[in-house]
Amino acid sequence: MDNIAGTKSSLVVVTHLTALLLVLLWIFPTVGLFVSSFRTADQISSSGWWSSLATQEAQNPAIRLSGKEVQEGDHFVIEGELFEGREVVVSAWGTSSRATEAYSPGDTAELSRDRTVTVSESGAIRFTAAESQEGKRLPRVFTTATAPPEFTTANYELMLFDPENTESMTRAFFNTFTVTIPATIIPILVAAFAAYALAWMEFPGRAILVAAIVGLLVVPLQLALIPLLKLHLNIGIGKGYIGVWLAHTGFGLPLAIYLLRNYMAGLPRDIIENARVDGATDFQIFTKIILPLSFPALAAFAIFQFLWTWNDLLVAKVFLIDATGQTTVMTNEIVELLGTRGGNWEILATAAFVSMAVPLIVFFAMQRYLVRGLLAGSVK
Amino acid sequence: MPPAILAVVTIAVAVTACIGYFYASNLFLDKVLFPPRGPNAGRNINRANLIRPWLFLFPALFALSLYLVYPVIETLRLSFLDRDQGNAFVGLANYEQMVSEPKFWEAMRNNMLWLFVVPAASTAFGLLVAQVTDRLGWGNIAKSIIFMPMAISLVGASVIWKLVYESRPMGTEQIGVLNAIYIALGGTEPQTWLTIPFWNNFFLMIVLIWIQTGFAMVILSAALRGIPEETVEAAIVDGANPFQIFFKIKVPQIMPTIVVVWTTITIATLKVFDIVFAMTNGQWNTQVLANYMYDKLFRAFDWGVSSASAMVLMLLVLPILVWNVRQVRKEMQ
Repeated sequence: MDNIAGTKSSLVVVTHLTALLLVLLWIFPTVGLFVSSFRTADQISSSGWWSSLATQEAQNPAIRLSGKEVQEGDHFVIEGELFEGREVVVSAWGTSSRATEAYSPGDTAELSRDRTVTVSESGAIRFTAAESQEGKRLPRVFTTATAPPEFTTANYELMLFDPENTESMTRAFFNTFTVTIPATIIPILVAAFAAYALAWMEFPGRAILVAAIVGLLVVPLQLALIPLLKLHLNIGIGKGYIGVWLAHTGFGLPLAIYLLRNYMAGLPRDIIENARVDGATDFQIFTKIILPLSFPALAAFAIFQFLWTWNDLLVAKVFLIDATGQTTVMTNEIVELLGTRGGNWEILATAAFVSMAVPLIVFFAMQRYLVRGLLAGSVK
Repeated sequence: MPPAILAVVTIAVAVTACIGYFYASNLFLDKVLFPPRGPNAGRNINRANLIRPWLFLFPALFALSLYLVYPVIETLRLSFLDRDQGNAFVGLANYEQMVSEPKFWEAMRNNMLWLFVVPAASTAFGLLVAQVTDRLGWGNIAKSIIFMPMAISLVGASVIWKLVYESRPMGTEQIGVLNAIYIALGGTEPQTWLTIPFWNNFFLMIVLIWIQTGFAMVILSAALRGIPEETVEAAIVDGANPFQIFFKIKVPQIMPTIVVVWTTITIATLKVFDIVFAMTNGQWNTQVLANYMYDKLFRAFDWGVSSASAMVLMLLVLPILVWNVRQVRKEMQ
């Protein structure tokens, strides 16, 4: 088709370029945060993440000398490495913040009180002094150096595995899981039976019920917040897991019923009628024929509901999170970090990616079902 | 009880209860209530079949009534009551108080802005992506990447874009892409994009457009594939250029799908809460209805006005709701 008159090869190039541009535009912000989550706070605030991917020259923050003191004749000497284990090329250095590029690599700087510092190109230092520096603060050096890209997993260790860290995401991560799994399974069960009745059983009022469910599909859940919160408080559930599971079940049902009914209604009539003729009851037809055949639709809805409950903030805030803060979920943690740690991108980026990891894995693994579900789910 | 054990127990109880209910109720119907035996066998089978659908439907209908239908009615009722006066009926006082607040009108204006911009931009981008990736060898990879934000939470997306909009003082290195580009193009000083009234709304909208484009693309891409080849071939034979083919042959044929995508995104836009809550919390003139409602509920503890603003949301959704229901009824006949 493309080669028939009417399409030009120049247009093909334009198509490729447009697609490439859009893809880059779409992925760029995410990559930015992802890269940032592997950089240290200093790196993040001293250069844009896009420059971290290439070898670059940058001014390093001041490094205070340290090392073991050895006596050589009448001098006390400290030798060490500024950039232990890194391939760094120093292009200039200095000993005061006002002249950070005063010396070339290999030069020796004379400091007060008969002290000298030498910094080599590789970042090796040699510090000499006339008297012992035991217990004194050693001078700082400022370096300008080119360094290869350097990344660290320290942020993830801090946010996930550090028991000392009060902002750790670990608990929120498990809480999110705890919210998500029952909130995904329960509506599927309830909806599947209802969907079967709406698809394959004849009874008066069926059309009206289907229409009503389509109507409920678009009701903003904001309307449900106040009455349901009051209801939960009145019947003693209060704020907690039970409440959030029930709420997610209720809010997920219209889509579940709608998706499953559409899919089940499309199953071949012959199979079901044959089973009826053979004496199968509705319950048997449902469990032995309909459910296995509906697997794609069940999977599609399960993914939807999983993503939606995992990513939800509002329902968790209203029905789950109480004043104790024990039951916080990841989205809520991130919002709080945005408030308290607005500029600490290493923490924000890491927290965000901890919460995104599971949905992204589910997304890429089950994309086929998700697309199928979307196609079946949009009201035609 | 530790939450994890509670979760496992809940799943077990819910699954058992659900299956047990359906099994037992069907059994009861067939064996005890209307057994298909004896002198009334025929009548009993008919009666059982009249009741059975409702057995299947009951749990779902109960949950839907309790969690969606009842709250809508109750919210309407609450919007006429005043909590401070012991839930006394106050007529339209809550609505009057609401419309007298400038914040409400700011939220209304912004919501309208969102309603115009986000569905239009998402659908347009989605259509563009669907078209340009349609016959590319690497089209599926491209689609995957553009679809990916759908999996990311609105909160996560807010963090992603906040980094893009990040601003550092003049003289230091800019770590937000937008400011870095702005300075590189000759901008005099870094902008704090999210605090520039009016335009900051658009910076927030970009986040939702970024997410919703993938949805639009998936649906529209399938619709484009469904267009009969002959119509395109005929147009080519008649000498139509690629743009004419796209706008005059393809787009009109997928118009119903475009409408569906548009309305679905409209609904999502109307309810937008997380993005505003996480990025600006309604400051700097970025308030929207959903966040206004949340503010009223949990900061001002004013159920009345909060319910009234929720009813405004419902009112805005109503035309789409009616239209959807009509479509389905037409389809079912």
